[in-house]
Amino acid sequence: MSRKQRKMLCRIIVAAVVWAAGFLLKHIFNTEERFGTEGIILLVIFTASYLIIGWDILWKAIRNIAHGQVFDENFLMAIASIGAMIVGEYDEGCAVILLYQIGELFQSVAVGRSRKSISDMMDINPEYANLEVEGEAVRTDPNEVAAGDIIVIKPGERIPLDGEIISGSSALNTAALTGESALRDVTVGDEVISGCINTDGLLRVKVSRPYSDSTVAKILELVENSSENKAKTENFITRFARVYTPVVVIGAVLLAVVPPLFTGDWAAWIYKALTFLVVSCPCALVISVPLSYFGGIGGASKCGIMVKGANYLEALSNAQTYVFDKTGTLTKGSFSVSEIHPANGVTESALLEMCAGAESGSNHPIALSIVDAAKQRGIVPAAENAREIAGFGVTAEVGGKEVSVGNIRFMRKLGAECAEAESTGTVVHCAADGGYAGYIVISDEIKDGAKSAIAGLKKLGAAKTVMLTGDRKATGEAVAAAVGIDECHTELLPDGKVALVEKLYSEKPEKSTLVFVGDGMNDAPALARADVGIAMGALGSGAAIEAADIVLMNDNIENLPAAVKIARKTHAIVMQNIIFAITVKVLIMALTTVGIGNMWAAVFADVGVAIIAILNAMRAMRIKRAQ
Amino acid sequence: MKKTFKLQDLDCANCAAKMEAAIKKLDGVKSATVSFMTQKMTIEADDAEFDAIVKRAAECIKKVEPDCTVILK
Repeated sequence: MSRKQRKMLCRIIVAAVVWAAGFLLKHIFNTEERFGTEGIILLVIFTASYLIIGWDILWKAIRNIAHGQVFDENFLMAIASIGAMIVGEYDEGCAVILLYQIGELFQSVAVGRSRKSISDMMDINPEYANLEVEGEAVRTDPNEVAAGDIIVIKPGERIPLDGEIISGSSALNTAALTGESALRDVTVGDEVISGCINTDGLLRVKVSRPYSDSTVAKILELVENSSENKAKTENFITRFARVYTPVVVIGAVLLAVVPPLFTGDWAAWIYKALTFLVVSCPCALVISVPLSYFGGIGGASKCGIMVKGANYLEALSNAQTYVFDKTGTLTKGSFSVSEIHPANGVTESALLEMCAGAESGSNHPIALSIVDAAKQRGIVPAAENAREIAGFGVTAEVGGKEVSVGNIRFMRKLGAECAEAESTGTVVHCAADGGYAGYIVISDEIKDGAKSAIAGLKKLGAAKTVMLTGDRKATGEAVAAAVGIDECHTELLPDGKVALVEKLYSEKPEKSTLVFVGDGMNDAPALARADVGIAMGALGSGAAIEAADIVLMNDNIENLPAAVKIARKTHAIVMQNIIFAITVKVLIMALTTVGIGNMWAAVFADVGVAIIAILNAMRAMRIKRAQ
Repeated sequence: MKKTFKLQDLDCANCAAKMEAAIKKLDGVKSATVSFMTQKMTIEADDAEFDAIVKRAAECIKKVEPDCTVILK
């Protein structure tokens, strides 16, 4: 609690004690006489309590009315409470203002708390960098470090700028950015991302870009600006509030004047009108909507899901069409050996050893993936006299055999008997001493969790899942089938992707939204065209952070259904609050008009509803981490 | 030009909404948001008149909540 809040708490306690004393006396005296000695004593006690707790409201009411703010909440509260005192309901009038202040205090503590917990979470701003100047580390403002400079990062320090390790190795804690608790091992030659924490080793890093372009600066900018993008619901509620208060106040005036003209019962109707004024404040509504979205965005960032604004979270909650880019989103974007088919009489490892040996001198991604696969099985690829035969493949001596590795034409040329392989990836055939030895298939690996992520989205009511790719038909369709995507479009050029998003846009169910998920590298136009553009694995990619509306910082695609769940939950909380607050207020007004409600009920409708709505809104921040 | 300012002692969500509505109506303001949650105001307006517009926006804020001040960096 801040000093201001503690002071208010003291005032509330003192005023409440005085009020309770007055309330007790009222029941002891049990008098109807307002201007007898006992009546005057009660008036003095309740006025004292009122002034202790309400002087600032009276002061603000006067000041704001001077500024022409007629429908100011302080003014309305002042009228309602003073009115009640004048009508003779001292305890109620005083309680209205007391409870109002309790509600305000509660609200300010709750909001302060959620603000703090979110700003703590976003506390990734590096305060300094240890710049190496002539062999010595000098503390410097990260803004003053240029690309190419060398910085030193000690254990326990936050990495201030993006760069490449030139000496040292360590484990990095990326939790603040990705929500992942597992440490990331890094060593010489690896790229490090600003915002991560160096846990054990001393690192020397060559800075790759200035602070203003660093990952941290990009994320902070995203977070800073996220409050500008307000959700439609929030704009609706503020518009509603602008109409609501005047309508209720006019209703109160009519209630105070019109019925008594016929019945003559002025005091009773004025009391009802004052009750209206108590519920005229739209605060519960106005505060709970942005608080919920703020909490939802904060909770999402805990899981490494950065949302650029409440509007995107709102749009995501209505998503029914999900469009995916293939490479880098559903697949890892790196090649690896997926199948090994040795011919009769050859073992898998022998085939792999021959292929890896022959390819060991090459830098081609496919060759590298074969060598990697061999190393994983403990095979050390080695070959002699490797020769490349352009357009066909490679020939080399592996373990005393003449091994040829390449495409099917190469096999035919060598006279090795082989059949066309049925596969969706790149096929590499192998022959040893002129006899066919089998083939290896290399394909882009499907990401772990891609299948369950798609299944998760379908469970959340996805009407359609679509995959777009520039790849061959067979490859694309195989990936789509493997992960459970409904519709697949292959062999697309980049502008073809936008055209297809456009087409899917016109086909999507009414009032639902379209989500495009990509890696942000070459699908920026499609990301921009979709209602919600989501970039995957954006850690270290400033371009992706800029292009997308929602950024999944880590590479875990299962964060996608998690993001949808967070959006749904937040939206549900917002709707609950709106419906609850409006229902209670309308109900209280109706009951008051027919004579059942009283000021106590009205105070509940104002303060109680606000507190319940705020507590409900704070639920949005509590998110179970997706694993 | 688009710039963000911190607001001090912005105590009420409805006031923030009122401020935003008032600032949006000012001449020369292209867009404006007042965020109660982050206690920040963002104004986008013509470069030439920017400072004058910020000053008028600060007046709007004072009118709604006299205790609330704009921190001009």
